[in-house]
Amino acid sequence: MDLLSNLALGFSIALSPYTLALAVIGCFIGTIIGALPGLGPSNGVAILIPLTFTFGLDATSALVLMTAVYYGAMYGGRISSILLNIPGDEPALMTTLDGYPMAKAGRAGDALVLSGFASFVGAFLATIGLMLLAPLLAQVAFKFGPAEYFALYLLAFTTLGGVASNNQIKALLASAIGLAIAMIGLDNSTGQPRLTGGSLHLYDGVDFLVAIVGLFAITEVFFFIESHGKNTSIGIRLERVRIPWRDIGATRWTMLRSSFIGFIAGVLPGAGASLGSFLAYMSEKAIAGPKGGFGTGVAKGIAAPEAGNNAAAGGALVPMLTLGVPGSGTTAVLLALLMTLNITPGPTLFSERPEVVWGLIASLLIANVVLLIMNVPLVRLFVHVLSVPPWVLLPGVTMISFVGIYSLSGSYFDLLLMVGFGALGYFLRKLDIPTVPVILGILLGSHMEDALRRAMVLSGGDWKYLFSSPIAIGFWVVAVAGLVAPIFLRGKFRKPQRVTD
Amino acid sequence: MISDRIFGLVVTVVALAYIAGATQIQLSFLPDPLGARTFPYGVGAVMAICGALMMLRPDPDPEWPGLTTFIALGFAVAVLVGYAYALKPLGFLIPTAIASGILSYQIHPRVHSAVLTGLGLSAGLFLTFKYVLGLGLVAFGRALIG
Repeated sequence: MDLLSNLALGFSIALSPYTLALAVIGCFIGTIIGALPGLGPSNGVAILIPLTFTFGLDATSALVLMTAVYYGAMYGGRISSILLNIPGDEPALMTTLDGYPMAKAGRAGDALVLSGFASFVGAFLATIGLMLLAPLLAQVAFKFGPAEYFALYLLAFTTLGGVASNNQIKALLASAIGLAIAMIGLDNSTGQPRLTGGSLHLYDGVDFLVAIVGLFAITEVFFFIESHGKNTSIGIRLERVRIPWRDIGATRWTMLRSSFIGFIAGVLPGAGASLGSFLAYMSEKAIAGPKGGFGTGVAKGIAAPEAGNNAAAGGALVPMLTLGVPGSGTTAVLLALLMTLNITPGPTLFSERPEVVWGLIASLLIANVVLLIMNVPLVRLFVHVLSVPPWVLLPGVTMISFVGIYSLSGSYFDLLLMVGFGALGYFLRKLDIPTVPVILGILLGSHMEDALRRAMVLSGGDWKYLFSSPIAIGFWVVAVAGLVAPIFLRGKFRKPQRVTD
Repeated sequence: MISDRIFGLVVTVVALAYIAGATQIQLSFLPDPLGARTFPYGVGAVMAICGALMMLRPDPDPEWPGLTTFIALGFAVAVLVGYAYALKPLGFLIPTAIASGILSYQIHPRVHSAVLTGLGLSAGLFLTFKYVLGLGLVAFGRALIG
């Protein structure tokens, strides 16, 4: 059995005391990051990357630490959703729909434990799915040439826009902005400077970490200054915590179904965890019917989105690791981490660096168990995190971002660029233009161009080459469908509004 | 409505400037059927089209803050830019205390808590970064100690 020997290899790495300690630390930090209102998995992981880099951790350790943070933040996000009615980030939005009403009804402890358990089921099943599906996909991906890769990148951009945003044009614009920024700097194949405006600082291009931290972390500060932190209302007190066995038993099928839906949503490039929790919630709501009482604080309404979003988080790792195409904002950030560590994700990763992949998978399995322990008996500890006031938290996050980016290059120019991205992010978010495609564009731009140029070199400039294989044609069809279909489906898939007091 | 139209116009202008910039890219002598200009042209064109479409089919306006808030946001940007310039010559402690204090005051206008936040974050982060995480931070810059 290939799988078992690979897993054995993975566990031999993950169970070393050092890696294990990193996983535990990562889970702990991640849960805190997820729980803090205004800090989600994407910006949490983003501000930590430069720091990880400066510690000089090796590839496996850095990856284990950051994915533990990622999983942890997915768990932690539910705490502020349930207690404060403030989703830490987009995927946690669906959890507020039933989580907050349940907490208001005096069952905050039950809601937290149930959602923690649902998170565990979703994440655990998704990790198993990752283990089974990723090597298969890697086998297929070996056959991809530049034409297929170009179509795949295109697909990622169009589906990302189609599914995740309210307005296709704006999502497409966001991707184009990202791609345009990615072109700045020295040309990969000729070594000539492009679009630098003569500035020597831009010869190396725009570092994606600068853009990520600017768009995610600095933008957040501006929003808090605008609102004076007023949205961070005092939440609900947590009285006592016990395990609601009855609710867990009653929601077992919900958890399994939601995990499955979430995983599939996560695997699709460009869809991600928001879609996972959304679809899981909506399908459970449809199965339960109007008598199910969704939206009034029922157990299934909490279990479904939490299992769904954590399963999607695991599923999103599949295309990220095997194809180098991330399925969500946070996996885009993890892809940035891999690139910083000089690891090129893709099918070759599985054959050339098995210790990285399987060490990661084993760590995820361990991290899940650790997170279950942290998030059920110790949930009280993390609830205290919510009492950190925003006027301490946000300046702190900003300063950490500055130190992180400054430690990367030691240049004030990157810091200015980061502030610029922060300001840009403010306007983009105000105008409902998604920022994740911008990041993805910056990350994948040069790869996408390289794929196109190599395809043209191979074919001697014949454009028909781009449509020469069934796989490539399939990607093109899905890419076009991803762009066009949501225009017609928009009316049917309205996102439910947040519960208001 | 008007917000999207203005932004669409800005995007279109920037995209055209981008395409104009791309015409100046030097081509190589190596055989490369696509060349270094085509992809930037394509991206610029997509941007320009999206900008134009935003002008034609704008979404409803978001809720913009009032003038005072905009001034406050502009001031925050200025503080961060100043912080970026000050970090190297003045070292970590003093610029951090000032910048985080100001940001804290802007989120929650109480002098007392802002001063405490500034001092606390400056000292706390310095100790954490320098001694727990081992980053090479400088407490006071050359401009101060000479």
